Amino acid sequence: MSVVLVDSGGANIGSVLYALQRLGVEATLTSDATTIRAADRVILPGVGAAAPAMARLRASGLVEVLRGLTQPVLGVCLGMQLLCTHSEEGGVDCLGVIDAPVLKLDATAGVRVPHMGWNKVTAVAAHPLCAGAAGAGWAYFVHSYAVPLCKATLATCEHGARFSAAIGRGNFMGVQYHPERSAAMGAAILGNFLGQIAA
Amino acid sequence: MLSRRIIACLDVKDGKVVKGVRFRDHIVMGDIVELALRYRDEGADELVFYDITASPQNRTVERAWVERVAREIDIPFCVAGGIRSVADARAVLHAGADKISINSPALERLQLIDELADAFGVQCVVVGIDSLRDADGEWRVRQYTGDPERMHALARHTLDWIEEAQRRGAGEIVLNCMGSDGVRAGYDIVQLRAARAVCSVPLIASGGAGVREHFRDVFLEADVDGALAASVFHSGALAIAGLKQWLDRQGVVVRT
Repeated sequence: MSVVLVDSGGANIGSVLYALQRLGVEATLTSDATTIRAADRVILPGVGAAAPAMARLRASGLVEVLRGLTQPVLGVCLGMQLLCTHSEEGGVDCLGVIDAPVLKLDATAGVRVPHMGWNKVTAVAAHPLCAGAAGAGWAYFVHSYAVPLCKATLATCEHGARFSAAIGRGNFMGVQYHPERSAAMGAAILGNFLGQIAA
Repeated sequence: MLSRRIIACLDVKDGKVVKGVRFRDHIVMGDIVELALRYRDEGADELVFYDITASPQNRTVERAWVERVAREIDIPFCVAGGIRSVADARAVLHAGADKISINSPALERLQLIDELADAFGVQCVVVGIDSLRDADGEWRVRQYTGDPERMHALARHTLDWIEEAQRRGAGEIVLNCMGSDGVRAGYDIVQLRAARAVCSVPLIASGGAGVREHFRDVFLEADVDGALAASVFHSGALAIAGLKQWLDRQGVVVRT
């Protein structure tokens, strides 16, 4: 199976590559449209801010390429947010393959932003991505923006308010947490994405 | 609900994990990857690697061992040591670090915090602060603490620095209370509580852990987001899995 990681300019691609290696998969980091279209699985990682990441995708000519993909696509952290319609972070339009906005987390008493650390995730929809051990457990989050609960929500988490920990619509899926750094739960969700979801 | 983090710290010198008492007299505690795997298996929530001689020796953290550790572990890890530029930070993140922590270089050039936050987002940028209470009762910042020959006191007040670091884009603060470091008599609750009052991003307590009660106290009394410890874990005096189960029973939300 061929797996590509889309090079969206995020810096810590290494940890995602290593997580896939631990599952026995050699992924290719690329911004080449042909390679991305031909892959069995596409992962859109991302650390950083939405506006520069979208600018980078646009500059690489990848916006339409990604929108047009039909194989399973997994956005991770910022990558999940890029699948949505619009982000409050920099007021930027994103890929729009999942109909949901990305909003700033509210910092209130005792609720610190960025939301950084391990938090409990619970699946709220029966979906192959969240099957088995990926359905509930502790996952590692690092983010200041989040997708509110919406039709595409597959799993939720709470930090002040509840937000989408995982989303999915058709072949497009995303997780707000970092599966590559979420111990057993992370390995389970990556395994589901690679294995159980038919191309 | 967000859990409180137990963070194992590996102070690295010449490729080995070392332990110091009050930042001096380092002795070798073990191999980097071996200890990283042990803490991963015991349920540590995060690992921190400090290449403690990088800043005083005016070099950047060793990338090769960042990569070795990143390949093996599936929990977050933060890397510190002589990161002076966006390019330095990018190299460390590319090697597989999740966050970068800066201390002395941020004091050399405050703008570094802004530059790193702009390049990678605030969530990537941890500012470590070494702090000691002076004879006049004020907490002030120390620089180059990895090398006793070069360590020196600054006029900068610790609480002012915490505020400025956040303004510039620190997404997390690690406060090393040097007066309690390595002596296992408990975290400096008074100082950490004062820091908490001015710190709206995650705050990590460092220095002084000796027994499990110290962790409970710092979470419940100083409301820190994480507690970092080194020697108490390296020596086996406290096992992380047992510590977390106990904290859970004490009403501290931890990942179990």
